[in-house]
Amino acid sequence: MKLRFTLNGSAVELDAEPWESLFDVLRNRLGIKSVKTALCEGSCSACGACTVLLDGRPIYSVMTPAYRADGRSITTLEGLSRGGELHPLQSAFIEAGAVQCGFCTPGMILAAKAYLDGGGGPDEGGIREAIRGNLCRCTGYVKIIEAIRRAAEALGGGKP
Amino acid sequence: MTSVELVGREFSVIGSRVPKYDALEKVLGEARYLLDLEMPGMLHAKILRSSHPHARLLSIDASKAARMPGVVDVITARDVRLNNLGYLKDNPPLKWGKVRSVRDEIAAVAAVDPETASEALHAIDVKYEPLPPVTDPVAALEPGAPLVHEELGTNRVNLDFGLSYGDVEAAFQRADVVVEGTYRTQYVAHTPGDTMGALAWVDAQGILNVYTNTQAPFLYQRWLAESLGIPAHRVRVIQPHIGGAFGRNLDVYPHDVITAALAMRTRRPVKLLFTRSEELQNAPTKQPLIARVRQGATRDGRLVAREVDAILDAGAYVGWGVFDARVMQYTVTGLYSVPAVRFRTTVVYTNNPSTAAMRSAGNSQITFAVESNMDELAERLGMDPVEFRLLNANRPNTVTPQGARITTCAMPEAIREAARRIGWRGRHSAGPHRGIGFACYFHVGGGARIYRSDGCGAIVKVDDFGGVIVSVGGTEIGEGLDTSIQLIVAEALGVPRDRVRVQINGDASMRLWDVGTHASRGTFVCGNAALRAALDARRQILEGASKILGAPPEDLEVVDGFVRSRTDPSKGMEYDKVVRRMHFFSGAQGRIVVASSFYEPPSEEPDERWHGNVSATYGFGCQAALVEVDPETGRVKVLRIVSAHDAGRVINPNGFEGQVQGGVAMGIGLALLEELHLSEGRVVNGSFEDYRLPRVTDIPEIDVVSVGEPDPEGPYGAKGVAEGPVIPVGPAIANAVADALGVRIRDLPITPEKIWRALALNVQ
Repeated sequence: MKLRFTLNGSAVELDAEPWESLFDVLRNRLGIKSVKTALCEGSCSACGACTVLLDGRPIYSVMTPAYRADGRSITTLEGLSRGGELHPLQSAFIEAGAVQCGFCTPGMILAAKAYLDGGGGPDEGGIREAIRGNLCRCTGYVKIIEAIRRAAEALGGGKP
Repeated sequence: MTSVELVGREFSVIGSRVPKYDALEKVLGEARYLLDLEMPGMLHAKILRSSHPHARLLSIDASKAARMPGVVDVITARDVRLNNLGYLKDNPPLKWGKVRSVRDEIAAVAAVDPETASEALHAIDVKYEPLPPVTDPVAALEPGAPLVHEELGTNRVNLDFGLSYGDVEAAFQRADVVVEGTYRTQYVAHTPGDTMGALAWVDAQGILNVYTNTQAPFLYQRWLAESLGIPAHRVRVIQPHIGGAFGRNLDVYPHDVITAALAMRTRRPVKLLFTRSEELQNAPTKQPLIARVRQGATRDGRLVAREVDAILDAGAYVGWGVFDARVMQYTVTGLYSVPAVRFRTTVVYTNNPSTAAMRSAGNSQITFAVESNMDELAERLGMDPVEFRLLNANRPNTVTPQGARITTCAMPEAIREAARRIGWRGRHSAGPHRGIGFACYFHVGGGARIYRSDGCGAIVKVDDFGGVIVSVGGTEIGEGLDTSIQLIVAEALGVPRDRVRVQINGDASMRLWDVGTHASRGTFVCGNAALRAALDARRQILEGASKILGAPPEDLEVVDGFVRSRTDPSKGMEYDKVVRRMHFFSGAQGRIVVASSFYEPPSEEPDERWHGNVSATYGFGCQAALVEVDPETGRVKVLRIVSAHDAGRVINPNGFEGQVQGGVAMGIGLALLEELHLSEGRVVNGSFEDYRLPRVTDIPEIDVVSVGEPDPEGPYGAKGVAEGPVIPVGPAIANAVADALGVRIRDLPITPEKIWRALALNVQ
């Protein structure tokens, strides 16, 4: 079937099989390699490595059929920095020391972006809830929470 | 020059908060892991493993699979000659005759895509004669137990890590109180984001190239070549970004050899990558432990004797996990001051998974046993557990009975800080259903000489454009060695940090030898190598500048990239200009600036009695846990952790804190959540749905404290810290649960069910 969607602000048109996942289309056909996978083969357990944003909401791309993207907008990490300018979340992850091995980083940043774009603020409870669906084996999450808090403050989010 | 000479000096970058060296490419999504690597014409490999934990292999018929469209090669033990792997060379990469675990490799397929390879596995016909399995290490030692390796005539592995120092019997006689207990730790999966695998191809020169997420590229090169029966100089090891490893990737495994063999046979690139379920089912696990601990103390609280009997289940083949016993030795003999110590080990073959070292390599398991027992002993003595620990704490400039020479040691400070910050007011005073527990650790902090060389090489090059490139043999798996190296070289050379590029991972053949990233040794050992190379490069620049500026080298210094005279302010020049002059210009020397160094830490390989100073310095710490237990459900909630460490001088605060926080999180997994459940040697919870890794909601507030002073041997005074924080979490939580409820759980993980049962028993 023919799909048309927006990927990181650019129009994409391609043919996809009904059973193809969004993950496969993004990684294998469109070369979007920032999207990771824990290789769970369909038995999803919310590790969050394959998180992308579908119309701004975080979804697991491995568990999402590609056709769900039709007519909608997809954001991956490749779409965050514009013209060499880092997104405040990217800067905050760097400065707060929230990156170790980096495998979970793309999914974490996108989950955090959805949270902040949805009006989420710097309160720790909200941040924890936002990344509950993303596993990290290295950092103990503390500096990831701190990075999201800093980005929230930089963006002035969470204020009425 | 060591850090001692630098104490009191103002540092330009050491100790400052800087971004992790590769953080930028990681937040941009540009880091490439094994998952991301592909080559033109690449084939995909899959391995057929045993259907039985223990069976005779009667026949293997792969002819149908070989004829399937898209299948390029199928191999069994009949088709390739591969040498056995492992320290005891007990593990054939492809099995014949019999299988000894459900992970045993029987055949492998290379096909055009992973789906075809998987389908082909189903077409391989294997006839088995099932044998009774043995999956309990104690039962495996009983007469008449099924034999895993029949030719040995016993399931007892011929490895003995036992030792004894001092008159242990007499010391127990002298003790006023003796407490004994048996403690157990579970099967745990390393399971980082990156799964196990390899991508191999043979190039036009006939060199076997392997992309691998190994933590020990130079040992990998050697062992892979040995198993394939080719010279190691025909093997090139290349490491991409590695998405965590935690000890899992310190060895060469059958799948590495199989992937390489398929690439050599097909002359095409071959990639093998475990799925998550393959990872949880087939990757080596953390070493489980059964330990009987007996400790004696005098009435006034002095430890006088300690005895530990350990049973280590090796699984079907001896992996590095068994050698966790060598780390356990140092804790049995060296955690707290104990004059008489004895350690006995029994290593057993079973049909269970074979094991690997995992972050702390045995120390988290043995410290759970010893520190749980310490609390029980304190209680029997009627002593405050903090006072008891302080009284027996390790001290600077002491030698343990096993010969560990402790130089710097801030364990007493760590204990005091942990007690103060957690708000300790004595037993059973944390509030209703709440408890506080403590545990300390003693761990290597200056490398660990478990191999003949514990060294690392580094090269520092200062190019004509002022670029500083430092290459180290060490491996970056996320721990931040890249950043430590950058800080150390920038500081030593006196140049801005952003001028220093770190060559780490990538092509190992272009780097100098290193034993591998393990034992918290990276910053200490590789950092010392980089420091020495950088100081040599600095000396070369100062000598060159001396001729150009007409000032003696000892009068010159480099500050923020500017070479200047200390006494004559008119004499000075940018360092890159000096380097260009040295190379090209008149009066100069036709010289370029390059320095190499190989740092071998001043430690000893233990002798035949296991005696020796295995590390150039040691790390210490104390952790306090505040927990709340729901008496109805038995659920433990960790409310707060104070984690105080002597890591020498902290040279990279973000990295230090990240290691502590990450270690604590992993420790919470070990203490409360994680366990691979086995049924006849097969993992029955082999997915992330059923295997519970710590999530953000499991992580309490973590108070990270540094109590160390600069270590004289460490680069700028640093000691290793990567593993320490994981070690005392389990016992601190177990001790906190005991403080809250008055019941003690002696086997990990501490599940609600175990607590509920213990409480029910208590009521009866």
